[in-house]
Amino acid sequence: MSYGTTIKVPFGPQHPALKEPEYFLFEVDGDIVVKVTPRIGYVHRGVEKAFEQETYLHNLYLAERICGICSHAHSTCYTQTIEGLIPLEIPPRAVYIRLIMAELERLHSHSLWVGIAAHEAGFDTLFMYLWRDREMIMDLMEEISGNRVTHAINTIGGVRRDITSEQATKIKKFLEKFESNVKEYTKVLESEQTFIKRTKDVGVLKPRDAIVLCAVGPTLRASGIKSDVRADDPYLAYGEIPFNVITHDGCDVYARTIVRCEEMIESANIIRYALDHLPEGKIKVPPPRTIAPNESVGRVEAPRGELIHYARSNGTNKPERYKVRAPTLGNLASVCQTLIGAHVADIPLILAGIDPCFSCMDRVIITKKSV
Amino acid sequence: MSVRKWARIRSPWLIHFNTGGCNGCDIEFVAAITPRFDVERFGIKLQGSPRHADVLGVTGPITMQITKRLLRIYRQMPEPKFVVAIGTCATSGGPFKDCYSVHGGVDTVIPVDVYIPGCPPKPEAIIYGIAKLLNKLSEGEGEEKVEEGKVIKESEEERREKEAKGH
Ligand code: SF4
Repeated sequence: MSYGTTIKVPFGPQHPALKEPEYFLFEVDGDIVVKVTPRIGYVHRGVEKAFEQETYLHNLYLAERICGICSHAHSTCYTQTIEGLIPLEIPPRAVYIRLIMAELERLHSHSLWVGIAAHEAGFDTLFMYLWRDREMIMDLMEEISGNRVTHAINTIGGVRRDITSEQATKIKKFLEKFESNVKEYTKVLESEQTFIKRTKDVGVLKPRDAIVLCAVGPTLRASGIKSDVRADDPYLAYGEIPFNVITHDGCDVYARTIVRCEEMIESANIIRYALDHLPEGKIKVPPPRTIAPNESVGRVEAPRGELIHYARSNGTNKPERYKVRAPTLGNLASVCQTLIGAHVADIPLILAGIDPCFSCMDRVIITKKSV
Repeated sequence: MSVRKWARIRSPWLIHFNTGGCNGCDIEFVAAITPRFDVERFGIKLQGSPRHADVLGVTGPITMQITKRLLRIYRQMPEPKFVVAIGTCATSGGPFKDCYSVHGGVDTVIPVDVYIPGCPPKPEAIIYGIAKLLNKLSEGEGEEKVEEGKVIKESEEERREKEAKGH
């Protein structure tokens, strides 16, 4: 039913549904959203400029701190880009260790998101269960790298720490338990009527729109499009490991949840395969301090989608230009589109559906308003 | 002990605000309310509106664009109010200290009661920090804060606004 007039509803920057400050202005007609205006930039810190002021080694730690959830994806992409500049070949064992960490991180990021989605849908029990299981992953990552969130395991030319055989057994034991738990949760999500009613046909993103609006990652795959950097442009050792790219034809929030659940199972298989085929040998080679003028681009499939880094060197020990293109930037246009026509009550669920990470994305500051 | 103080110590309500952090601290903060750590055993409740909150948990360095919002949230909180700076960024600006759009730690804008260093601090550390705050309160500190909370530094924009009005 239309009321003929619209009301403006501000959302954020401090809002219980989002952990990060971002502002959206919704125009609603009755209960239906008719227009969305995002205002990004609250978390803009100027990381790209900061990159130019530090040495390549220091920047490694800055790259990790672009985002606290996919910190390993950022540091992998950074090292890959810098190793492309030199160019430098890293030992095969280091490649596999990076890959194992990347997949562990995907497990933690996806279980975090499915928990949040369940929470937004009002299913707090599952939220708590998933976050309980997530702690097991955090423990493992802490044991391997020394830190729960910012792992600092990557270094230019390899990795800092090895995975011992005891750790490998531990990871495998954990995977068994985690996998059976995830299967159980997936079954619950697929049969729980309250969750299905809340998410089916909510936030529909048609495959065509998904392509036109440049959606990436699980958001794109949940619209039925098979696109994954790991398979399309294999980096690390993904070319050697058999795995499936998960897609779903639902195009809604429900499909996004199921895609992520199934990706967790797939990631578990990748880790198992990588542990069984872990090559022997060195874990790092020394990199040069200064890098001759060159340009390089790195592409990585972060848990949220395609992540691109670009670097240009100028012969010194600092990059001349560094650029980060985070997956949320790709997904933001699509989420604004899907919000149109949605009910006000579904806004948090749809917004959370793309797994937004604004700290990766915010890159705007307006210093002087035009008069 | 007055009923008010007793209630404040037994059940502080927390509001969380990210002022430009990388999400690492925020997720550790959320992890603190989940089953392994469970801050609710201290009566701590996370909720959404600044008007209901006793404690403001800030994560991240203060970016220029968020300063005004942080001040607004701080002013909306009823007295007495307490601020916990979570993480190295909130404590001192951390790795983003020298960035062009960052002011620095939380204490460049509002007064802070407890600092929790770490990048990010573990959930245990966050709980420890908040428990410290509760200890401080039970020892009677913070009583004088019942008066209007003072704001150390106004945001750049507010200063400009005032100047413009003055002229
Ligand atoms: S202290 Fe570290 S983890 Fe926390 S917001 Fe800052 S960079 Fe991120």
